[in-house]
Amino acid sequence: MIKRATILLTLVLLGVIFLQMVTKYSPSTALNPLSRHYVAAGPDELGATNIVTAVIVTYRGLDTLGEVAVLFISAAGVGLLLRRKAGENPGKKQRRPSSELVGTAIHFLLPLIFVLGIYIFLNGHLTPGGGFQGGAVLASGIMLLLLADPDTRLNHGIIEWLESSSGFSYVVVGVLGLVLAGGFLDNRFIGLGTLGQLFSAGAIPIIYIFIGLKVGTELSAVLERMKD
Amino acid sequence: MMLVLIATVLCAGIVLSALLAVHLGNIVSAAISAGMASLFASIVYVALAAPDVAMTEAAIGSGLTTVIFLYAIRRTTESPEK
Repeated sequence: MIKRATILLTLVLLGVIFLQMVTKYSPSTALNPLSRHYVAAGPDELGATNIVTAVIVTYRGLDTLGEVAVLFISAAGVGLLLRRKAGENPGKKQRRPSSELVGTAIHFLLPLIFVLGIYIFLNGHLTPGGGFQGGAVLASGIMLLLLADPDTRLNHGIIEWLESSSGFSYVVVGVLGLVLAGGFLDNRFIGLGTLGQLFSAGAIPIIYIFIGLKVGTELSAVLERMKD
Repeated sequence: MMLVLIATVLCAGIVLSALLAVHLGNIVSAAISAGMASLFASIVYVALAAPDVAMTEAAIGSGLTTVIFLYAIRRTTESPEK
Protein backbone atom coordinates (compact mmCIF):
# COMPACT_ATOMS: atom_id res chain seq x y z
CA MET A 1 0.00 0.00 0.00
CA ILE A 2 2.74 2.45 1.04
CA LYS A 3 4.80 1.28 -1.95
CA ARG A 4 1.94 2.03 -4.35
CA ALA A 5 1.33 5.42 -2.76
CA THR A 6 5.04 6.29 -3.10
CA ILE A 7 5.05 5.30 -6.77
CA LEU A 8 1.91 7.35 -7.39
CA LEU A 9 3.36 10.38 -5.58
CA THR A 10 6.63 10.14 -7.57
CA LEU A 11 4.70 9.94 -10.84
CA VAL A 12 2.56 12.98 -9.93
CA LEU A 13 5.65 14.99 -8.95
CA LEU A 14 7.42 14.04 -12.18
CA GLY A 15 4.27 15.01 -14.09
CA VAL A 16 4.24 18.44 -12.41
CA ILE A 17 7.90 19.00 -13.32
CA PHE A 18 7.40 18.02 -16.95
CA LEU A 19 4.16 20.03 -17.20
CA GLN A 20 6.09 23.10 -16.05
CA MET A 21 8.74 22.42 -18.67
CA VAL A 22 6.19 22.02 -21.47
CA THR A 23 3.91 24.97 -20.62
CA LYS A 24 6.67 27.47 -19.73
CA TYR A 25 8.87 26.56 -22.72
CA SER A 26 9.86 29.39 -25.01
CA PRO A 27 12.52 28.90 -27.68
CA SER A 28 15.57 31.07 -27.10
CA THR A 29 15.93 33.72 -29.80
CA ALA A 30 19.57 34.66 -29.13
CA LEU A 31 22.74 32.90 -28.00
CA ASN A 32 23.76 33.39 -24.40
CA PRO A 33 26.95 35.47 -23.85
CA LEU A 34 29.29 32.46 -23.45
CA SER A 35 28.03 30.76 -26.64
CA ARG A 36 28.26 34.07 -28.45
CA HIS A 37 31.91 34.34 -27.45
CA TYR A 38 32.66 30.77 -28.59
CA VAL A 39 30.93 31.31 -31.96
CA ALA A 40 32.52 34.70 -32.58
CA ALA A 41 36.06 34.01 -31.35
CA GLY A 42 36.38 30.25 -31.85
CA PRO A 43 37.43 30.09 -35.52
CA ASP A 44 39.99 32.90 -35.12
CA GLU A 45 41.40 31.72 -31.80
CA LEU A 46 41.64 27.98 -32.49
CA GLY A 47 41.34 27.65 -36.29
CA ALA A 48 38.54 25.06 -36.17
CA THR A 49 35.50 25.52 -38.42
CA ASN A 50 33.50 23.09 -36.29
CA ILE A 51 32.70 25.08 -33.15
CA VAL A 52 31.47 21.96 -31.35
CA THR A 53 34.93 20.42 -31.73
CA ALA A 54 36.63 23.62 -30.59
CA VAL A 55 34.54 23.54 -27.40
CA ILE A 56 34.92 19.79 -26.78
CA VAL A 57 38.66 19.51 -27.41
CA THR A 58 40.01 22.86 -26.26
CA TYR A 59 37.68 25.14 -24.30
CA ARG A 60 36.26 22.18 -22.35
CA GLY A 61 39.17 19.82 -23.00
CA LEU A 62 39.47 18.73 -19.38
CA ASP A 63 35.88 17.39 -19.44
CA THR A 64 36.75 15.34 -22.51
CA LEU A 65 39.80 13.90 -20.75
CA GLY A 66 37.45 12.95 -17.90
CA GLU A 67 35.05 11.25 -20.34
CA VAL A 68 37.92 9.29 -21.87
CA ALA A 69 38.93 8.24 -18.34
CA VAL A 70 35.35 7.12 -17.54
CA LEU A 71 35.24 5.01 -20.69
CA PHE A 72 38.66 3.56 -19.85
CA ILE A 73 37.54 2.58 -16.35
CA SER A 74 34.35 0.90 -17.61
CA ALA A 75 36.30 -0.99 -20.28
CA ALA A 76 38.82 -2.06 -17.64
CA GLY A 77 35.93 -3.17 -15.40
CA VAL A 78 34.42 -5.32 -18.14
CA GLY A 79 37.86 -6.78 -18.85
CA LEU A 80 38.38 -7.58 -15.18
CA LEU A 81 34.95 -9.18 -14.63
CA LEU A 82 34.94 -11.21 -17.84
CA ARG A 83 38.60 -12.22 -17.94
CA ARG A 84 39.48 -15.66 -19.14
CA LYS A 85 40.88 -18.08 -16.64
CA ALA A 86 44.26 -19.52 -17.51
CA GLY A 87 43.98 -22.68 -19.63
CA GLU A 88 40.37 -22.00 -20.60
CA ASN A 89 39.82 -22.07 -24.35
CA PRO A 90 36.53 -20.47 -25.31
CA GLY A 91 37.08 -20.63 -29.07
CA LYS A 92 36.19 -24.30 -29.44
CA LYS A 93 32.47 -24.17 -28.68
CA GLN A 94 30.01 -25.48 -31.27
CA ARG A 95 28.45 -22.37 -32.77
CA ARG A 96 25.77 -21.88 -35.36
CA PRO A 97 27.52 -20.42 -38.45
CA SER A 98 26.51 -16.85 -39.25
CA SER A 99 24.18 -16.13 -42.13
CA GLU A 100 25.61 -16.00 -45.62
CA LEU A 101 24.25 -12.47 -46.10
CA VAL A 102 26.38 -11.13 -43.24
CA GLY A 103 29.41 -13.16 -44.32
CA THR A 104 29.28 -11.82 -47.88
CA ALA A 105 28.34 -8.24 -47.04
CA ILE A 106 31.26 -7.83 -44.65
CA HIS A 107 33.85 -8.13 -47.45
CA PHE A 108 32.29 -5.11 -49.11
CA LEU A 109 31.22 -3.12 -46.03
CA LEU A 110 34.11 -3.48 -43.58
CA PRO A 111 36.66 -1.38 -45.54
CA LEU A 112 34.00 1.30 -46.11
CA ILE A 113 33.08 1.40 -42.41
CA PHE A 114 36.73 1.71 -41.37
CA VAL A 115 37.38 4.47 -43.93
CA LEU A 116 34.25 6.32 -42.70
CA GLY A 117 35.39 6.06 -39.06
CA ILE A 118 38.88 7.34 -39.85
CA TYR A 119 37.40 10.13 -41.99
CA ILE A 120 35.10 11.19 -39.14
CA PHE A 121 37.89 11.64 -36.62
CA LEU A 122 40.44 13.08 -39.07
CA ASN A 123 37.94 15.75 -40.15
CA GLY A 124 36.63 16.41 -36.64
CA HIS A 125 37.78 20.03 -36.74
CA LEU A 126 36.07 20.68 -40.10
CA THR A 127 32.84 18.66 -40.27
CA PRO A 128 30.45 17.25 -37.65
CA GLY A 129 31.90 14.32 -35.76
CA GLY A 130 35.15 13.67 -33.98
CA GLY A 131 37.11 11.21 -31.93
CA PHE A 132 34.23 9.62 -30.05
CA GLN A 133 32.00 9.25 -33.11
CA GLY A 134 34.83 7.97 -35.31
CA GLY A 135 35.93 5.52 -32.63
CA ALA A 136 32.37 4.25 -32.22
CA VAL A 137 32.12 3.71 -35.99
CA LEU A 138 35.42 1.78 -35.97
CA ALA A 139 34.10 -0.37 -33.12
CA SER A 140 30.87 -1.05 -35.03
CA GLY A 141 33.05 -2.31 -37.88
CA ILE A 142 34.71 -4.71 -35.43
CA MET A 143 31.21 -5.65 -34.22
CA LEU A 144 30.23 -6.61 -37.79
CA LEU A 145 33.42 -8.68 -38.05
CA LEU A 146 32.56 -10.53 -34.81
CA LEU A 147 28.99 -11.13 -36.02
CA ALA A 148 30.14 -12.45 -39.39
CA ASP A 149 32.71 -14.82 -37.98
CA PRO A 150 32.16 -15.61 -34.27
CA ASP A 151 35.53 -17.35 -34.05
CA THR A 152 37.46 -14.17 -34.84
CA ARG A 153 40.10 -13.46 -32.23
CA LEU A 154 41.34 -9.92 -31.83
CA ASN A 155 45.04 -9.57 -31.14
CA HIS A 156 45.02 -8.34 -27.55
CA GLY A 157 48.67 -7.30 -27.68
CA ILE A 158 47.99 -4.80 -30.48
CA ILE A 159 44.70 -3.61 -28.92
CA GLU A 160 46.23 -2.98 -25.50
CA TRP A 161 49.29 -1.31 -26.97
CA LEU A 162 47.20 0.99 -29.20
CA GLU A 163 44.82 1.86 -26.37
CA SER A 164 47.42 2.67 -23.74
CA SER A 165 49.79 4.48 -26.08
CA SER A 166 47.04 6.69 -27.51
CA GLY A 167 45.72 7.51 -24.04
CA PHE A 168 49.25 8.37 -22.91
CA SER A 169 49.93 10.47 -26.02
CA TYR A 170 46.67 12.38 -25.48
CA VAL A 171 47.87 13.49 -22.04
CA VAL A 172 51.36 14.25 -23.44
CA VAL A 173 49.80 16.53 -26.09
CA GLY A 174 47.81 18.22 -23.31
CA VAL A 175 50.96 18.81 -21.27
CA LEU A 176 52.77 20.13 -24.39
CA GLY A 177 49.98 22.70 -24.64
CA LEU A 178 50.59 23.62 -21.01
CA VAL A 179 54.34 24.05 -21.56
CA LEU A 180 54.46 25.60 -25.04
CA ALA A 181 51.14 27.49 -25.21
CA GLY A 182 48.48 28.96 -22.96
CA GLY A 183 47.31 26.01 -20.85
CA PHE A 184 46.57 22.30 -20.50
CA LEU A 185 45.17 20.92 -23.82
CA ASP A 186 45.77 24.25 -25.58
CA ASN A 187 46.01 23.40 -29.28
CA ARG A 188 48.05 26.43 -30.35
CA PHE A 189 51.58 25.08 -29.85
CA ILE A 190 51.52 24.03 -33.53
CA GLY A 191 50.72 26.59 -36.23
CA LEU A 192 46.97 27.00 -36.75
CA GLY A 193 47.29 26.86 -40.55
CA THR A 194 44.59 28.06 -42.94
CA LEU A 195 41.02 27.92 -41.66
CA GLY A 196 39.19 25.00 -43.30
CA GLN A 197 42.24 23.00 -44.43
CA LEU A 198 42.77 19.37 -43.33
CA PHE A 199 46.09 20.27 -41.69
CA SER A 200 44.93 23.15 -39.55
CA ALA A 201 43.56 23.94 -36.08
CA GLY A 202 46.86 23.17 -34.37
CA ALA A 203 46.78 20.05 -32.22
CA ILE A 204 43.03 19.33 -32.53
CA PRO A 205 43.41 16.69 -35.32
CA ILE A 206 46.25 15.02 -33.38
CA ILE A 207 44.16 14.87 -30.20
CA TYR A 208 41.17 13.53 -32.14
CA ILE A 209 43.27 10.80 -33.79
CA PHE A 210 44.35 9.61 -30.32
CA ILE A 211 40.80 9.81 -28.91
CA GLY A 212 39.41 7.97 -31.95
CA LEU A 213 41.93 5.14 -31.67
CA LYS A 214 41.43 4.89 -27.92
CA VAL A 215 37.62 4.82 -28.05
CA GLY A 216 37.63 2.40 -30.99
CA THR A 217 40.00 -0.10 -29.36
CA GLU A 218 38.27 0.14 -25.97
CA LEU A 219 34.79 -0.49 -27.37
CA SER A 220 36.11 -3.35 -29.54
CA ALA A 221 37.74 -4.94 -26.50
CA VAL A 222 34.47 -4.66 -24.53
CA LEU A 223 32.54 -6.27 -27.41
CA GLU A 224 35.02 -9.11 -27.71
CA ARG A 225 34.97 -9.75 -23.95
CA MET A 226 31.16 -9.85 -23.97
CA LYS A 227 31.12 -12.26 -26.92
CA ASP A 228 32.69 -15.27 -25.25
CA MET B 1 5.95 23.41 -39.68
CA MET B 2 7.11 20.37 -41.68
CA LEU B 3 9.99 19.93 -39.24
CA VAL B 4 7.64 19.97 -36.25
CA LEU B 5 5.49 17.31 -37.93
CA ILE B 6 8.48 15.05 -38.69
CA ALA B 7 9.92 15.52 -35.19
CA THR B 8 6.54 14.71 -33.60
CA VAL B 9 6.14 11.50 -35.62
CA LEU B 10 9.70 10.40 -34.78
CA CYS B 11 9.26 11.22 -31.08
CA ALA B 12 6.06 9.14 -31.10
CA GLY B 13 8.26 6.38 -32.54
CA ILE B 14 10.69 6.75 -29.62
CA VAL B 15 7.87 6.51 -27.06
CA LEU B 16 6.25 3.56 -28.84
CA SER B 17 9.43 1.51 -29.09
CA ALA B 18 10.31 2.32 -25.47
CA LEU B 19 6.86 1.08 -24.38
CA LEU B 20 7.36 -2.03 -26.50
CA ALA B 21 10.73 -2.62 -24.84
CA VAL B 22 9.06 -2.56 -21.43
CA HIS B 23 6.00 -4.65 -22.28
CA LEU B 24 7.31 -7.29 -24.70
CA GLY B 25 7.56 -10.69 -23.08
CA ASN B 26 10.44 -11.93 -25.21
CA ILE B 27 13.64 -10.45 -23.82
CA VAL B 28 15.44 -10.50 -27.20
CA SER B 29 12.61 -8.53 -28.84
CA ALA B 30 12.71 -6.10 -25.92
CA ALA B 31 16.43 -5.47 -26.49
CA ILE B 32 15.80 -4.87 -30.20
CA SER B 33 12.99 -2.40 -29.39
CA ALA B 34 15.29 -0.50 -27.04
CA GLY B 35 17.77 -0.21 -29.91
CA MET B 36 14.94 0.98 -32.16
CA ALA B 37 14.17 3.81 -29.70
CA SER B 38 17.79 4.95 -30.04
CA LEU B 39 17.55 4.77 -33.82
CA PHE B 40 14.47 7.03 -33.82
CA ALA B 41 16.25 9.39 -31.41
CA SER B 42 19.26 9.65 -33.70
CA ILE B 43 17.01 10.61 -36.65
CA VAL B 44 15.38 13.26 -34.44
CA TYR B 45 18.87 14.66 -33.68
CA VAL B 46 19.62 14.92 -37.42
CA ALA B 47 16.28 16.70 -37.99
CA LEU B 48 17.10 19.11 -35.14
CA ALA B 49 20.55 19.90 -36.67
CA ALA B 50 22.75 18.04 -34.15
CA PRO B 51 24.67 15.62 -36.41
CA ASP B 52 27.45 15.09 -33.83
CA VAL B 53 25.05 13.68 -31.27
CA ALA B 54 23.18 11.74 -33.96
CA MET B 55 26.35 9.88 -34.97
CA THR B 56 27.10 8.86 -31.40
CA GLU B 57 23.51 7.81 -30.76
CA ALA B 58 23.33 5.74 -33.96
CA ALA B 59 26.67 3.99 -33.46
CA ILE B 60 26.60 3.45 -29.68
CA GLY B 61 22.91 3.64 -28.74
CA SER B 62 21.40 1.52 -31.46
CA GLY B 63 24.43 -0.50 -32.63
CA LEU B 64 26.87 -1.42 -29.90
CA THR B 65 24.46 -1.34 -26.94
CA THR B 66 21.95 -3.63 -28.64
CA VAL B 67 24.64 -6.16 -29.54
CA ILE B 68 26.11 -6.01 -26.02
CA PHE B 69 22.59 -6.65 -24.61
CA LEU B 70 22.18 -9.62 -26.97
CA TYR B 71 25.58 -11.05 -25.97
CA ALA B 72 24.67 -10.59 -22.29
CA ILE B 73 21.30 -12.32 -22.80
CA ARG B 74 23.06 -15.24 -24.48
CA ARG B 75 25.61 -15.50 -21.68
CA THR B 76 22.98 -15.48 -18.95
CA THR B 77 20.43 -17.81 -20.55
CA GLU B 78 22.84 -20.36 -22.05
CA SER B 79 21.97 -23.94 -21.15
CA PRO B 80 24.49 -25.30 -18.62
CA GLU B 81 25.29 -28.56 -20.47
CA LYS B 82 28.90 -27.73 -21.38
